[in-house]
Amino acid sequence: MKPPSPRGPVSAAVREALISESGAGFLTVPLPAQVEDMLGDDDLQLALWMLYEQSYRLFDGAHDHEWDPAAVAVRRRLEQPFEEQLRRASATSVADALDTSDDIVFQIEHTISHTPGPDLARFLHREATRDQMLDFLAQRSIYHLKESDPHSFVVGRVGGPAKVALAELLYDEFGASRPERLHSHLYAVALDAAGLDSEFGAYIERVPARTLAVNNLMSLLGLSRRLRGAALGHLAAFESTSSVPCRRIAAGIERVGLPEATAAYFHEHVEADAAHEQVVLHDICGNFVESEPTQRAEVLFGVAACLYLDGLAAEDLLGSWGRAIGGELAS
Amino acid sequence: MTAAHSRSGEEVCIRQHGDGPLLVRHADVVVTDDGREHEVTRPVVALCTCDRSQRMPWCDSTHKSVRRG
Repeated sequence: MKPPSPRGPVSAAVREALISESGAGFLTVPLPAQVEDMLGDDDLQLALWMLYEQSYRLFDGAHDHEWDPAAVAVRRRLEQPFEEQLRRASATSVADALDTSDDIVFQIEHTISHTPGPDLARFLHREATRDQMLDFLAQRSIYHLKESDPHSFVVGRVGGPAKVALAELLYDEFGASRPERLHSHLYAVALDAAGLDSEFGAYIERVPARTLAVNNLMSLLGLSRRLRGAALGHLAAFESTSSVPCRRIAAGIERVGLPEATAAYFHEHVEADAAHEQVVLHDICGNFVESEPTQRAEVLFGVAACLYLDGLAAEDLLGSWGRAIGGELAS
Repeated sequence: MTAAHSRSGEEVCIRQHGDGPLLVRHADVVVTDDGREHEVTRPVVALCTCDRSQRMPWCDSTHKSVRRG
């Protein structure tokens, strides 16, 4: 894909440095001394997204700066306020879950059931127009066209039964030996059938800061061994809040008259994620916390951060359609 | 009674956590009460135990009430 259009001085400097052969520009990126709201900052989130994207693919016309120390230094400077803000936002939720039980599965489920958020799936099911559904599909493409790639980095950082279960889940995500069932491929088929562009990154220009942050969180957690527990917690929250919403979204896609091939991606995830939810809660997170007991709060941080950011991104999407947010859509 | 088989002879592994769905591994086919055979195409599948799934015999998470999207 082409490198995205800059959204401010930091993303402009990072984009310029990525395209340059020397990468010298990474040394002079005008990073702010203080960041008030990293999650909602379009310029900083896009800059971080571009830096992370190097670990997945090379932008058209760019050079390889993935491990350029100056590029890594910029990445770290952006990651710090990002992680700090997410930890502040998650602290109460993590403490509450730790007080509730000693069972990590119960703690994760408690966190999920006690985190408020707009019911995007219900809106897509019952009310969204065809154009709103297409907008949703386009914005989600930033993740689903590289589905499970961020979490695949974690396999080498955990051991024993948790590693086996994580590999099993990812094997299913990656098509279970059948290239035509690769989930990112299924999403490309879904986009094509809906008349949308299935090239990776085609819709990056319309993705707002907090939806970029949803994607950046997965890379933050996946690319750092230190954050392996949070990465598994993130996966748990993701898989455990997928099956029922996917059923609703598939029904919504059919309601607005989009093709069956578009709904098929979501139908696939109803049954797949009903199984994945059990695998990730018990076999991945349960075994992981048993083998690394000090990681319990980190797993819960990943759960809470995932839910918190997903809620913000859903608010932004509904808000951009002129919909009320918060409790009004939830019932 | 629903049954799960492996044509390769590998031992089928079935587990249940709490009152959740049955997690079935290493099965090639699931046979339901009516004698119908359902091909297993995933490394691990979840079988409905609440009888409310709209995709029997597979779990579709109807047993849950999840608000999030």
